[in-house]
Amino acid sequence: MTDKKKKFISPYEHTAPKGSEGWKELYPYFLVFQEQLKEQEEDKFFFCDSQHWPNVFKPFDAMTVEFAVKCLSQYNSRHYVIPPANGVDFKIHNGYCYMSPVAVSPELIEGRVPEFMERAGYYFQNWNELLENWHKKVKRVIDDMESIHFEPLPDRVDIQAIKGGVGLDPTFQMINDYNKLISLCYETWQYHFEFLNLGYAAYLDFFGFCKEVFPGIPDLSVAKMVQGIDVDLFRPDDELKKLAKLAISFGLEKCFEKKDVNEALHCIALEENGGQWLQAWEKAKHPWFNYTSGNGFYSSDKYWIEHLDIPYGYLKNYVEKLQRGEVIDRPTEALEAERDRITTEYAESLDDEARAIFEGKLGLARVVFPYVENHNFYIEHWAMGVFWRKTRELSRMLKEQGFWQQESDMYYFRREEILQVLFDYGNSWAVGVPAVGPAVLQEEISRRKKIVDALATAPPQPAFNNPPKVVTEPFTIMLWGITTEAVESWLGGDEKSSHMKGMAASPGLVEGYARIINDASELDQLKQGEILVTRVTAPSWAPVFNKIVATVTDIGGMMSHAAIVCREYGLPAVTGTGSASTQIKTGMKIRVDGGKGTVEILEELVEA
Amino acid sequence: MKPTYSLFFKDAKPEQLESLGGKGKSLASMSQADLPVPQGFCVTTDAFVAFIQDLMTAKGLFASLAKLDTKNMGSLDKLSGEIRSQILNKTIAADIQEDILASYRSLCEMYGKEGDLPVAVRSSATAEDLPDASFAGQQDTYLWVVGEDEVLSHIKMCWASLYTSRAIAYRKDHNIPEEDIHMSVVVQKMVNARVAGVTMTLNPTNGDRTKIAIEASYGLGESVVSGTVTPDNYLMDKVIFELVESSIQDKKIALIPDPANKRVIEIEVDPVKATEACLTRDELIFISKIAKRIEKHYGCPQDIEWALDADAEGEEAFTLLQSRPETVWSNKKTETKKHYMSGMQGLVGSLINPLSAKK
Repeated sequence: MTDKKKKFISPYEHTAPKGSEGWKELYPYFLVFQEQLKEQEEDKFFFCDSQHWPNVFKPFDAMTVEFAVKCLSQYNSRHYVIPPANGVDFKIHNGYCYMSPVAVSPELIEGRVPEFMERAGYYFQNWNELLENWHKKVKRVIDDMESIHFEPLPDRVDIQAIKGGVGLDPTFQMINDYNKLISLCYETWQYHFEFLNLGYAAYLDFFGFCKEVFPGIPDLSVAKMVQGIDVDLFRPDDELKKLAKLAISFGLEKCFEKKDVNEALHCIALEENGGQWLQAWEKAKHPWFNYTSGNGFYSSDKYWIEHLDIPYGYLKNYVEKLQRGEVIDRPTEALEAERDRITTEYAESLDDEARAIFEGKLGLARVVFPYVENHNFYIEHWAMGVFWRKTRELSRMLKEQGFWQQESDMYYFRREEILQVLFDYGNSWAVGVPAVGPAVLQEEISRRKKIVDALATAPPQPAFNNPPKVVTEPFTIMLWGITTEAVESWLGGDEKSSHMKGMAASPGLVEGYARIINDASELDQLKQGEILVTRVTAPSWAPVFNKIVATVTDIGGMMSHAAIVCREYGLPAVTGTGSASTQIKTGMKIRVDGGKGTVEILEELVEA
Repeated sequence: MKPTYSLFFKDAKPEQLESLGGKGKSLASMSQADLPVPQGFCVTTDAFVAFIQDLMTAKGLFASLAKLDTKNMGSLDKLSGEIRSQILNKTIAADIQEDILASYRSLCEMYGKEGDLPVAVRSSATAEDLPDASFAGQQDTYLWVVGEDEVLSHIKMCWASLYTSRAIAYRKDHNIPEEDIHMSVVVQKMVNARVAGVTMTLNPTNGDRTKIAIEASYGLGESVVSGTVTPDNYLMDKVIFELVESSIQDKKIALIPDPANKRVIEIEVDPVKATEACLTRDELIFISKIAKRIEKHYGCPQDIEWALDADAEGEEAFTLLQSRPETVWSNKKTETKKHYMSGMQGLVGSLINPLSAKK
């Protein structure tokens, strides 16, 4: 062990890259480390959450961490009163986000138990009904967002508004709609955590029990016993597979030789059964193409429904595979049989009393766990997909009004700054003078772009300040895979090594050539049989899992997206290696042992 | 119909099991349950009966035995000696010999040897004839027997072991007719252990039945069993076959067979090799899988002695030497059982107790 009394640097000593001066103004004042609070902040241990937010935030996008982590926290601290855990403190530093779990003082824990029992107990007992209601609420939020439209202001107030004695103008509606959209996004994040923390709590309970009665049980075994087989998160990919099979059965293969999605769809329309196939394609789109190749936290995420070339690329690949006689289905039956075998064997080794408890805990974990896997589709993909689409609609409209030159420019402003822009627009419309924004905003956008680009030149620090002796906060371990060992390895992780250790996230031993993917846009570089090495994967990368033979990530625990998807696809995965994506280079031959959680560089690159 | 004089363990049909003697029968049943005992065959009781009947009748030895007074030690020893030397000197009838040698040749072929596979030759008496192991000639085990002539002569040595003075006297005293006695001989591949060890189908430190504990070192298993070497220690998960823990030791010495001198010698292990894990991950997995199968076969946790045979590859190399029921934890009932909390109480407990303390 490297216990040389090492600690991480203070964020106050961590300088920003050149060219990023003034970066703090891009984010809310309470989300950056303030000089006045130096002593207080340096007392906390922060780790970088690059699992959810791997890239530098544009100012508008910082809203995602603000809403998400605030809502996560409120459910711990105020809704369910989780005995040992309050919320998670969070800050943005040099463009990246850092988390600091807030523990409950030991003397207060016991007193919180009765409240937790009552509150969480109610949810566990009424899980299915409450969850059904959750689906309704989320669907309503999505519908409400869909109903919002941002259009240029008309020349005159509609005559009907005059005759109806409405007494309001379209700017009033526009500003209301903007506020409503932000508020619906906030509401989305409330619901996101309504069930998630409890889902993790039940999982942890089963996990802890297994660790006790089967000392040394691999984490993977626990995950496998709980894991769902038919998960909504995989539906988009499954829909593509169905479409691929339908295309083959209709004899539409030749249309899939086309590179361009529109050409392919045109070709299909002209075929005999083409109409029927296109109907199936349309049906699959809603809602399953509300699916991002990112993770839903960035305005730059590309959603399938707006970029049909993405699902088409996967679909084309499936059609080709089917033509070659390859199997494209996930081995669901085998996974189910394996899950049953594993569960039965562990259960059988227990005496009757312990077995009854095992089964009780497993039962609860299995009731709640589908939410842990599925919520992602409904929130990050579907709801956030609609949210980002609507914000783009607004940005596009304002672009057309001359406020900026690119659709993505709006995201260089904080969300409350957009209100000013809307007032500027509405004001100019009312007064009958040109808006000020078009004359001045572009310069500010360019300045901010430079700052964001400069911040992106430096990777985040793994952590700040003094690490705790032992990481005990249950959600930190579960969600982020931050364990005492992980923190230790970051501290000692300066020296280069051909051996890397991470979490044994999905079993199997594979050797192959690595490809480093830094961003979803690079996914098309992946070649059949390569090993995906990346900071973090998003679940929507699922279709590439048919191409690759293993996954290695820097960040993530047993329940990280990469881990879940790899187990589902039967691929080896090592997550949470800390630095694999920088230590390994594309083209290196590596060995991934998903059972042991190790990655080894077998062949260094030959310098050209 | 011509009787079957030689039978491979794996080929014996249920109605033939009686002709294999006690040891042969047990080997056949393990072999047929796919437990990886060293391959081999039995020279059946039919072969013995045919050989002995022939000999005894021709030389009038049954009559001499009938007349024998067992109280007279001198004549008992004399007759015993005569019978045994007659057995050793008599050529085995051609049809019996053909069967035995055909089996030996097949066994050689299985291991890619040309007629020179070292085997162990052991007597396998039937229990009714010889209720006491000490009379059974069970001690008659000949190791590192090589070649056809040697195999045949050692089979005869096993047969002859039925006619020690003590064995003859015992039968006389218990009115067991000489004409009825049977014996089978087991001919089994010698294990040329490259790595050997002991495996328990539970965690010996806490009785957890979802683990498999493996101890292993280079060479023959005697060094592990006797404790002359600190073996590598591995703990495997019995359900998903993942390595949970391991401790790799410096295994400086190994015991290996010296076939020429029919003994075991101690050698020094190459220092680099000595400190490396003596089992690969694949080996750990198949050892665990086989151990689990053995446990299932016997229906309770087992303590298994095994070896990896240098003459075979992969899973084929695993050789089961002995399996006994595990006694320590299997007999311990509920005395140290913990009380586990269920429902919300349990859930609260799990949240409050640091998870990392349980790892």
